[in-house]
Amino acid sequence: MSNNVKKKSTIKKIIPYIKRYMVFVVMSLIFAAGTVGLTLYIPKLTGEAIDLIIDKGFVDFEGIFDILFKIGLFSLIASLMQWFMNYCNNKITYGVVKDIRDAAFVKIEKLPLKYIDTHPHGDTVSRVIADADQFADGLLMGFTQLFSGVITICATVGFMISIDYRIALIVIVLTPISIFVAKFIASKTHDMFKLQSVTRGEQTAFIDEMIGNQKVVQAYGREDETLEQFDEINGRLEKYSLRAVFFSSLTNPSTRFVNNIVYAVITVVGAIIVVGGGISVGDLTCLLNYANQYTKPFNEISGVITELQNSFVCAARVMELIEEETVTPDSESAVVLEDADGSVSLDNVSFSYVPEKELIKNLNLSVKPGQRIAIVGPTGCGKTTLINLLMRFYDVNSGSIRVNDIDIREMTRRSLRSSIGMVLQETWLKSGTIRENIVMGNPLATEEEVIAAAKAAHAHSFIKRLPNGYDTEIGEDGGNLSQGQKQLLCITRVMLTKPPMLILDEATSSIDTRTEIKIQKAFDALMEGRTSFIVAHRLSTIREADVILVMKDGNIIEQGNHEELMKLGGFYNNLYNSQWA
Amino acid sequence: MRQIWMYMKNYKKETVLAPLFKMLEACFELCVPLVIAGLTDVGIRNGDKGYIAKMGLVLFVLAAIGFCCSVVAQFFSARAAVGVATKLRHNLFKHIESFSFTEIDKVGTSTLITRMTSDVNQVQSGVNMLLRLFLRSPFIVFGAMVMAFTIDVKSALIFVVTIIVLLIVVFAIILYTIPMYKRVQSALDRVLGITRENLTGARVIRAFGMEDEEIEEYDNRTSLLFKLQVAVGRISALMNPVTLFIINLATIILIWTGGIQVNDGRLSQGEVIALVNYMSQILVELVKLANLIVTLTKAVACGNRIEGIFDIQSTLELKDIIENETKDNKDISSSEYAIEYDNVSIKYSGSQEEAMKDVSFKIKKGETVGVIGGTGSGKTTLIQAIPRFYDVSEGCIKVNGKDIKDYSLEDLRNRIAVVLQKAVLFKGTIRENLLWGKKDATEEEIYEALDNAQAREFVDKKENGIEEMVEQGGRNLSGGQRQRLTIARALIRKPEILILDDSSSALDYATDSKLRGAIKEMSDKYDTTVIIVSQRATSIMHADKIIVLDDGEVAGMGTHEELLENNQVYKEIYMSQNALK
Repeated sequence: MSNNVKKKSTIKKIIPYIKRYMVFVVMSLIFAAGTVGLTLYIPKLTGEAIDLIIDKGFVDFEGIFDILFKIGLFSLIASLMQWFMNYCNNKITYGVVKDIRDAAFVKIEKLPLKYIDTHPHGDTVSRVIADADQFADGLLMGFTQLFSGVITICATVGFMISIDYRIALIVIVLTPISIFVAKFIASKTHDMFKLQSVTRGEQTAFIDEMIGNQKVVQAYGREDETLEQFDEINGRLEKYSLRAVFFSSLTNPSTRFVNNIVYAVITVVGAIIVVGGGISVGDLTCLLNYANQYTKPFNEISGVITELQNSFVCAARVMELIEEETVTPDSESAVVLEDADGSVSLDNVSFSYVPEKELIKNLNLSVKPGQRIAIVGPTGCGKTTLINLLMRFYDVNSGSIRVNDIDIREMTRRSLRSSIGMVLQETWLKSGTIRENIVMGNPLATEEEVIAAAKAAHAHSFIKRLPNGYDTEIGEDGGNLSQGQKQLLCITRVMLTKPPMLILDEATSSIDTRTEIKIQKAFDALMEGRTSFIVAHRLSTIREADVILVMKDGNIIEQGNHEELMKLGGFYNNLYNSQWA
Repeated sequence: MRQIWMYMKNYKKETVLAPLFKMLEACFELCVPLVIAGLTDVGIRNGDKGYIAKMGLVLFVLAAIGFCCSVVAQFFSARAAVGVATKLRHNLFKHIESFSFTEIDKVGTSTLITRMTSDVNQVQSGVNMLLRLFLRSPFIVFGAMVMAFTIDVKSALIFVVTIIVLLIVVFAIILYTIPMYKRVQSALDRVLGITRENLTGARVIRAFGMEDEEIEEYDNRTSLLFKLQVAVGRISALMNPVTLFIINLATIILIWTGGIQVNDGRLSQGEVIALVNYMSQILVELVKLANLIVTLTKAVACGNRIEGIFDIQSTLELKDIIENETKDNKDISSSEYAIEYDNVSIKYSGSQEEAMKDVSFKIKKGETVGVIGGTGSGKTTLIQAIPRFYDVSEGCIKVNGKDIKDYSLEDLRNRIAVVLQKAVLFKGTIRENLLWGKKDATEEEIYEALDNAQAREFVDKKENGIEEMVEQGGRNLSGGQRQRLTIARALIRKPEILILDDSSSALDYATDSKLRGAIKEMSDKYDTTVIIVSQRATSIMHADKIIVLDDGEVAGMGTHEELLENNQVYKEIYMSQNALK
């Protein structure tokens, strides 16, 4: 029941997308009706023509010529209309899917980070790609087959009744049997399919685990054992697949068998009626032809309906994504932050990702322009969360964060973010050239500026050695660059933008210490006069900070510069000594 | 494709019987028009109701036999298809296991997984369809033609011409659209790429305010996809209308010439009906065929992609090793050195520069050696060449005085235990994971390894001790716990050579130092040669010998004190990390 409601509401959601192609939909329906009508009329004409061929010397050539001419003309028109119909259907389906995909992507750009962080990316991607594709397939099939199928059924019934209502009745009564047969088989095979897909899932997980960690498998020479385990799952899958494939493939022969029997019955009954003088031989030929045409859509429609159901499930998944809540839009009165001086204050900030687990509680902090703030603390203490809040990737639950003495919720996100340069531990590069990646924050940068930034980040020398220098294409997610090289590029990217504030979250974790020291100098130059937040594990970096925040369990437990904190003899002192003992 | 044929050969019986029974079914179907012709010419003409009933019975029997044949055919084809897929997966998995790291890096895990799962599934349904229908349809088409010959040679010639024309049209459309479908696929891949990128890079994209540019780029890509889809749709949508038109045209000619012949007394009315029926049978089959071709084209494309994986050969040169050379083994134990590098250079495929150039050194048995260097200095490359994860491009590496290429891979890797940077555990209990290191390890050995790896404490705290379940990828353990278990897994082997590749990075200083102590003890006890790779100077400063790498070359070698005295690179690294003291 709830399933039905869900299906209905999915259809409701899809309708606006289809409406844009209303012209094509109407045209497609007209062409479909025309095609079906004409294709079905042709057998009737064929029957009439055959009735004119009686026996030696009894052939009405003039009559035949007239009929044949009509057949030729109608089949030409029918073919053209069918082609137009197909064309319209293509336009509708691919158009609708494109629009849905576009809407989904626009949504992705506006989703709260919370959604992106908590939902597997693979799942979202498969909604936009695979589900949308499946939906397109189903929609196309629905348009081309469902509608013309229904028209075919109605039209054949009409034609058959016009020839002989008794035979028409037999056909109408007997044919649905094949649908029941098909339904019966489908319900029986459902469980087998389920078992098959569960086993497939298990196998995929195994492949993912073993191929993904092939290096370990090889290091321990576990190839044979792994293969054995794989074969065990593979064997089970074979068994289940065989059952599912075989039993489901019985549908076609079974329905065909039923149809053939119907055909035999009509032939006998029809022939007897002909003998009794009710109809002509041509009429019988024509009836048999219609009986064939009539049963075909029934078989197809049951397939189309499963396909459509499937496609609606897929559509529902895409729609779910499109209907996700977006981030609250910038308020009407939001100001554009310009020339931020770099003062930041946190006022009683509380925040948690999940309501049950409070993370940051009543956090207060005041940062003067140009100060360097280092954040230290054990994993999970809320360092990265603080950055998420500063960049407004997440909104605070209570309290406020102010930049330039303006609440960051009262300024546009874009202006806030463009005032902050950010380098994260997890490097991210888009597929494209090295240059495209560097100028991301400053598309108008000149060649000199780009090279200067790269030199400052110590990235110039390795870029120069790449096959095409700055124009080298890098694959998805940095492809063939090393982790350290990727990080250097991310640093270059920020070097180029020169924002008034900086956030460095373990920005140099993958870079060796020697290079780090060199980059640190560049950072020092960059940070001069800029407010900066640094998350680092190397205490050498931290020591230089104006203010060190020691965080634990979402609270700032110690605050001060290096000397002060060492004197305090608390958590920081411990941490420092343990690293250098 | 070639390869898939080979697999089908394993199912000779099924591959032959499935189409054979399909053809038998088709034969019975082809008899139907003949029965009808007899029924009209004899039964109706003579008003013989008994004859009509008899023919009706014949139709029923034909349907029943046809049904049985087709069930048998479905069974054999399902078995062959599922069997081929199962074998294919087995061999693929085995083949992938033989890959060296070079191939795995190049192809990528996700591609390998897709090949093994969805691509193989496509091949399975392709084989199934091929056996079931692809032979049946042409058989009916040609069968109908042959039957036409038995009725009337002159009319049969119309069939010949029609079929030739149809073949040309169908193949022209297929050949024209295949490359177009490929372009559609790659356009879809690009849409997928940008979707993934925008999920993984959501923070960076928003930080730089690139949302609108990304939406625009996305729209460009979906528009291109749409254009390509409509273009290919326009052509493939021709298939049905054109065949419909050609068949109708043929029917017209058939009736006209049939009429002439009946008029001359060379044909009967029933025979003309039979001919027209055969023509419409061809039409029905061709429509089915057109739908099949899509499935088959997809399967072929997937088959080719799978073949691409099979075509990749492991770059490791494997010699046939005869294991039982006792004399050789004596040589091994007599060698003074555990590992010797002799002018070794390593170049990764596709990269222009050598990752390691001309490296030579010797490590004595039982020695502990530290390897240190900056990011990209070649530390990992250096040690991964020992168990032959990668092959050297020049020079040679000797283990126990024997070239590693002269060992069997199994023998070589059995002597070595490597702990990789990424701490990987597998789904299963802790015990099962540890047994990877040594299949027949005793309880004492397991606990000894846990003790040495400093893992005993936390394992004992687990509810089920060593029987505690580890989730896939070890998600339910912390980074440090995972790392210690991977170390335990290596220690349990009591290998001749133990290699730790920066594998204690997640451990705090105290645990790290305890671990080093335990390894030292073990090394003394079992004469194990230990190689420790690290970025931290403190982790390796107590080693018997330290190898300093810089940019793929050996920059220095010696003890901590020696290097500190006269090696600039080492001094820099050390000072950068310990300047605080």
